[in-house]
Amino acid sequence: MFGHHYLKNTTTLQYDPKKCTGCMMCTLVCPHAVFRMEGKKAMIQAKDACIECGACALNCAYGAITVRSGVGCSAGIIKGYLSGQEPTCDCACPAEKKKSSCC
Amino acid sequence: MAETYIVNTQETPAGIVPQITTDLRMSDYEGTFKARFNISRMDYKLAPRLYAVNQPDANSVVLVSANYKMSFDYLRKELKKIKAWILVLDTKGINVWCAAGKGTFGTQEIIRRIQETRLAQIVKHRRLIVPQLGAPGVAAHEVKKASGFSVTYGPVRAQDLPAFLRAGMKTTEAMRRVQFTLFDRMVLIPVEVIGHLKYVLWGLVYFALVSGFAPGVFSWEKVLFGSSIAAVFLFSGLIAGTVLLPVLLPFIPGPAFAWKGALLGLGVFALLQWLLAGIFTSTMLSILGWALIVVSLASFSGMNFTGTSTYTSLSGVLKEMKIALPLQIGGFSLGVILWTISSFI
Repeated sequence: MFGHHYLKNTTTLQYDPKKCTGCMMCTLVCPHAVFRMEGKKAMIQAKDACIECGACALNCAYGAITVRSGVGCSAGIIKGYLSGQEPTCDCACPAEKKKSSCC
Repeated sequence: MAETYIVNTQETPAGIVPQITTDLRMSDYEGTFKARFNISRMDYKLAPRLYAVNQPDANSVVLVSANYKMSFDYLRKELKKIKAWILVLDTKGINVWCAAGKGTFGTQEIIRRIQETRLAQIVKHRRLIVPQLGAPGVAAHEVKKASGFSVTYGPVRAQDLPAFLRAGMKTTEAMRRVQFTLFDRMVLIPVEVIGHLKYVLWGLVYFALVSGFAPGVFSWEKVLFGSSIAAVFLFSGLIAGTVLLPVLLPFIPGPAFAWKGALLGLGVFALLQWLLAGIFTSTMLSILGWALIVVSLASFSGMNFTGTSTYTSLSGVLKEMKIALPLQIGGFSLGVILWTISSFI
C-alpha cells in the first residue's frame, strides 16, 4: 500500500498496436515503465503509472501513441486558468519568477 | 554570473570553444544552496553554447544539456575522466525535465543549436546523447531528419552517465526510472515553504487587525496575542502541507495530494488543540474556525506539491482539483468567517 501511486483510470494515453513497428522507443523514453516489449510489439503494462509527459507520443515516429500531454501541477493549472492559457508550469516566465513553486 | 567553470579554451575547426572543469568549487555549492532556497533561482543560468570537457576530439561524445546552472553542475561533476562535448541549449535557465515539458528543451532548439555551433564540423560522428527526461520535448526522428544527428537517450540521472557510456551507450532499466526518494523530496522543501509564505503573511495581517479591534477598543496587546495564536495555526497548516507532506508522502493514505494534505492538517490541528488546551480557553466557534482554516491551508499547499512531484499527471491533478479546490476555498472562507464572528462575541 505504501509508495508513489497516483489516481487510477485518469490518463488520456491511447495506443494502437497495429501501427507499432517494434522500434522500442516508447520503452526507452518512458520514466515510469508504462510500456514494455512483448515479442516484436510494445504493450501497455502499467497504464496508471502514466504521467502524460508526452515523451512516448512525441518519439513514436509511426503515430501509434497519442496522449494529451501537460503538467501535473496544480499551481500551474490555476495560473493557466487565471490567465486564460494552457495549464503551464510557468517557471520559465521571468515576470512570474517569484510566484513559482513548481518545477 | 562569473564563469568560474571555464578554465581554458580549445581550438576547433568551428572556432574557439571554452573548456570547463569537472570540479565544483565553493561558489558552485553556494549557488546550488541559494537556488534550493529560492534565491535568484530563476536567474541561475549559463550561456547556451558548446563546451569542451577534458580536451575532447572529433570522436568524443556530445552530451546535450540545459542552461540551468544546477543541471550543468550535476552533469559536469560526473565527467571526471570522460572526454566530451556539452551542447547547452537555451532553456531560459530551467532544468531539463521542466523545460522539455514546456518545449524549450526541444527539437527546434537542438536543431538550431547544432547549426549555430557548427557541430558537424567539430565531430566526425553524428550522434547526440540527450538526457531521457528531455524526451517530452524532443522528437528524436525529427532531429535526425533535420540535422543528420541521431538522438540516443541517456540515463535519467547524470551520475549514471559513466556506466551508460561504458555499456556502449545503453541504459539499464534502473537508469530509465524516475525516483522520488526521501532525499529527493527533502531538498525541495525550502522552495515549497518559501513559495507559500507570503500568502500566510498576508493572512496574518488580517488576523492581527481583527484581533486588535475585537471586541471593543483597539489595543496593541490584543494584536500581539491574536497574531501569535494566528501565527501558530497558520504556520502549522503551512508546515503540514509543505514539510510533512513531502517527507511522509508515500506513507500517507490515499492517492490525491489534496486529501493527503487535509489529513495531515487535521492531525496537526488535533495535536495543537491538545497542546494548547491548557494555555488558553477558546470558544467552540473559534476552534471550528481554526480547524477549517488549518485543514484547508494544509490541503491547498499539499496539493501544490503535485507540481514538484515526479509521478502526477495533468488529468489526475485536474480531477482532484475539481473536487478539492472548491472545498479548500469554501473551507478557508467559512473558517475565517467563523473565527471573525467568534472574536466579536
